[in-house]
Amino acid sequence: MTTAVSPPVQLGWFRRNQIKLAPWLFLAPGLIMFFIYVLAPIGQSIWISFFDWDGLGKATWIGLGNYVEMLDDTNFYISLKNNLLWLVLYMLSVPAGLGIALFLNQNVVGIRLYKSLFFFPFVISQVVVGLMFTWFYAPDFGLLSGLIQAITGSKVAILADDRYATYGIIAAGLWPQIAYVMILYLTGLNNINPEQIEAARMDHAKGFALFWHIILPQLRPATFIAVVVTVIGALRSFDLVSIMTHGGPYGSTRVLSYYMYEQALSEYGYRMGYGAAIAVVLFLIMMVFITFFITRMIAQERNG
Amino acid sequence: MFIKRLSLAAFALALSASTVLAGEIVLNSDQSDPAPKKAMEQLIADFQAANPGITVKWNNFDHEGYKSAINNFLKANPPDVAAWYAGNRMAPQVKAGLFEDVTDVWEKNGLNDTLKSAASSMTIDGKKWGVPYTYYQWGIYYRADIFKAQGIEPPKTWAELVAACAKLKAAGISPFAIGTKALWPTGGWFDYMDLRVNGYQFHMDLTSGKVPYTDPKVKAVFDKWAELVKPGYYIENHAALDWQDAMPQFVQGKAAMYLMGNFVVAPMKAGGLKEDQIGFLQFPEITAGMPKAEDAPTDTFHIPSGAKNKEDAKKFLAFVASADAQTKLNNILGQLPVNNKSAKPDDKFLNAGFSVLANAAGLAQFFDRDAPADMAKAGMEGFQKFMVHPEMEDAILADLEKVRARVYK
Amino acid sequence: MFPTPVQKASPFIRISYQIMLPVALIVWLFPLIGVALTSVRPASDLAAGNYFGMPSYFAGFENYGAVFRDSLIGQFILNSFKITIPTVIGAVGLSCLSGFALANYQFKANLWIFFIFVAGNFVPAQILMVPVRDLTLRTGLYDSVYGLILFHTAFQAGFCTLFMRNFIKSLPFALIESARVEGVSEWKIFAYVVMPLMRPAIAALSVLIFTFVWNDYFWATVMVQGAHAMPVTAGLYSLNGQWVAAWHLVSAGSIVAALPPVAMFFLMQKHFIAGLTLGATKG
Repeated sequence: MTTAVSPPVQLGWFRRNQIKLAPWLFLAPGLIMFFIYVLAPIGQSIWISFFDWDGLGKATWIGLGNYVEMLDDTNFYISLKNNLLWLVLYMLSVPAGLGIALFLNQNVVGIRLYKSLFFFPFVISQVVVGLMFTWFYAPDFGLLSGLIQAITGSKVAILADDRYATYGIIAAGLWPQIAYVMILYLTGLNNINPEQIEAARMDHAKGFALFWHIILPQLRPATFIAVVVTVIGALRSFDLVSIMTHGGPYGSTRVLSYYMYEQALSEYGYRMGYGAAIAVVLFLIMMVFITFFITRMIAQERNG
Repeated sequence: MFIKRLSLAAFALALSASTVLAGEIVLNSDQSDPAPKKAMEQLIADFQAANPGITVKWNNFDHEGYKSAINNFLKANPPDVAAWYAGNRMAPQVKAGLFEDVTDVWEKNGLNDTLKSAASSMTIDGKKWGVPYTYYQWGIYYRADIFKAQGIEPPKTWAELVAACAKLKAAGISPFAIGTKALWPTGGWFDYMDLRVNGYQFHMDLTSGKVPYTDPKVKAVFDKWAELVKPGYYIENHAALDWQDAMPQFVQGKAAMYLMGNFVVAPMKAGGLKEDQIGFLQFPEITAGMPKAEDAPTDTFHIPSGAKNKEDAKKFLAFVASADAQTKLNNILGQLPVNNKSAKPDDKFLNAGFSVLANAAGLAQFFDRDAPADMAKAGMEGFQKFMVHPEMEDAILADLEKVRARVYK
Repeated sequence: MFPTPVQKASPFIRISYQIMLPVALIVWLFPLIGVALTSVRPASDLAAGNYFGMPSYFAGFENYGAVFRDSLIGQFILNSFKITIPTVIGAVGLSCLSGFALANYQFKANLWIFFIFVAGNFVPAQILMVPVRDLTLRTGLYDSVYGLILFHTAFQAGFCTLFMRNFIKSLPFALIESARVEGVSEWKIFAYVVMPLMRPAIAALSVLIFTFVWNDYFWATVMVQGAHAMPVTAGLYSLNGQWVAAWHLVSAGSIVAALPPVAMFFLMQKHFIAGLTLGATKG
């Protein structure tokens, strides 16, 4: 049967080039907003970091002056060290989340309610989480101190002690983070190919061997996302430090994100240039991770 | 469509912010608490009654948020009158030309006489930049009943204070309550130690950056302070406590003294203490014969240089400076009028404070207002560190000196 | 199913599991229980130091009533809604467009623009802080809900675009191809062919963005000062008085502030989880 081909209609320039133009038209609103509020400010912050500016009066050019000062600034190194601590310890949320996900991956009555309730901490604002844990840790009336006193006989004020305070805050941050990772793994577990498990079980694979060789590889996408959000979350931590200790005691829990805010915008902060310089350093650190993640994602794209 | 509505709304917002009616002044302040709020409402009502042609549009901000808000609205959308603080705290705004010179208001209304005690803290470069309307005393509030039970007389000298502390500690009571989480209570302690060891002029020189922190006189202050810190005369774990969280210890009798501003009395009573259980004593003498200066943080009103109705704003400042207005205001606030012609307060503690401040050798504005912001933050962090690690005294002083060299260039 | 279903395990394990579940839950939610207790505690308890014991009397109605009556939390919650809902509409809407663009069209810059959106969303907020605040000041939008709406819409567009693009990519391309062959314009393809299929993704993303923006604390403190525009996260702190800590009010306020996202979560659970885990199921 011959198909009648209608003569090509003469379309206007727009319709002919539609496919080429369309993506840009669709992208325009989002891209413009993003440029104004995200991309341009990054450039501007980098620019401001070369000035000495109190936010009120004139700004004076000092080139790399802020960065030179940073090299000699003890507070900067303390913040850096704390950020590193956050990064390393936050990774605990990945196995912890996996553990809880495995624990909850059953079909008993009411398990859906349990899963929702376990996920609860992620839905609450970090401000509320910070307040809760501050009371929990309080030396005289906090439950944790009471518990420790019952066991060891001496009181411990986590947030007052420069040795423990950061760990206390990280623990508070882990609470919602573990909940997040847990959900990622629960979904991942749901999507595991049941036939593979059956086949492995038929081969008498059990317990840890089964877990390591069959389950974990299939959870790789979930693990990747979990690691990404955990790294980003660790480097970004601001809310908890701000609420729980204001960076104290005497600056020992400071992280770069909070230090920057203190220097530029807080009650005692009149140093926009220096604050911007700190932000640039934090940005560069994160860019290392971001680039790594993006290249992984793009590689996956190309293969997938 | 949404964008269009949005831009229209933004336009309307900008427009409304710039219109001002003749005979209207816009007042920005931060009295977000019940008592100060009531006091302001009364003040505004009285002013409008005395000046029928002028209405006051009052924008009341949250107390803490105001401290960052002020720098923004002074530039972007200045009111006609703005609340702020005296001393070095107003210096950044004065130096940036954001406040109006009101020396004429002082001269026209004889304020150099009636507001004498606060005059120096309102002066920069020989000119006056605002009007003070209230201050309050700082001192050691103590458990009169515990003192009696332990047979302790209110100490007048350093030696007596240290002895009292030793006695209290031996009886299982922490001598001093303090909560250093928010840092500023440490500033009060350093101020008083420095004022008593080295005197008012030295303290002013130190906070204006003329003296290095490694100076032996500064070290002497810390050495003296160590006499309270090293034997553990402060409550434990104060770095985790805000000043209000340290209060229960005082109320429960686990601590016997609290160096604080007068605002501490109301929560003490709310926690269950009766008035005769609370005593007030002036910080004791350390260097023999050194005239006693006090910390008396002063709240003020200013006129932004970008104000639209400066004439009526000046009338407002003059009104606030008057004896009657200050009496009424401070009656509600529970604080002290700056005007020396105002009526003396009835309250036992305010009365004590009134005499202390009236006879003071000088009035400091509190460390975080006398020292510029950067120095204040670094300083108070150093004080807190010292209170937890007194053995690090030299390292702390060296760090503070580093900050000072940078800040006061 | 992994681990082995408990139904198949010994009765001992089965029963221990049933017991462990509620115990684990209580331990896990312990801090939350603490806050709920404090919110029904009278103020005098706190001044006297009774923080974790039984409240001397049930002050729940008092506290929650005081929170709404004497504080501005009603205003703060209203502001939070005023900020969050337009942002959700804006961000999700914009990302439908940009996600469609990146998923459907091959052009050289495609992957680069995608990279920019993703990276931009991961940057630390502090690098944006000073310029965004200055921009907001200069356009007169400082201390208004509009400033926050515009910023959040722009910033969340990054994450949303990533999300939508991945979702649209998973739709069958044949649909679009056949529509093109029939001469349907690109815009009509987007509006009538693709959008209807995106409903579950839109639902999931909306719930997520609602939670993220509602819970934002940092930008609220940077861009807003007055109570007329302050959302509830930053406003919680102002429940403390100038001189006196009102922790019972703050905790009551915290519970109230946490309710909308929680309600959202419980109602739209499936969507919430779908949204968070979209990437986790790619294999």
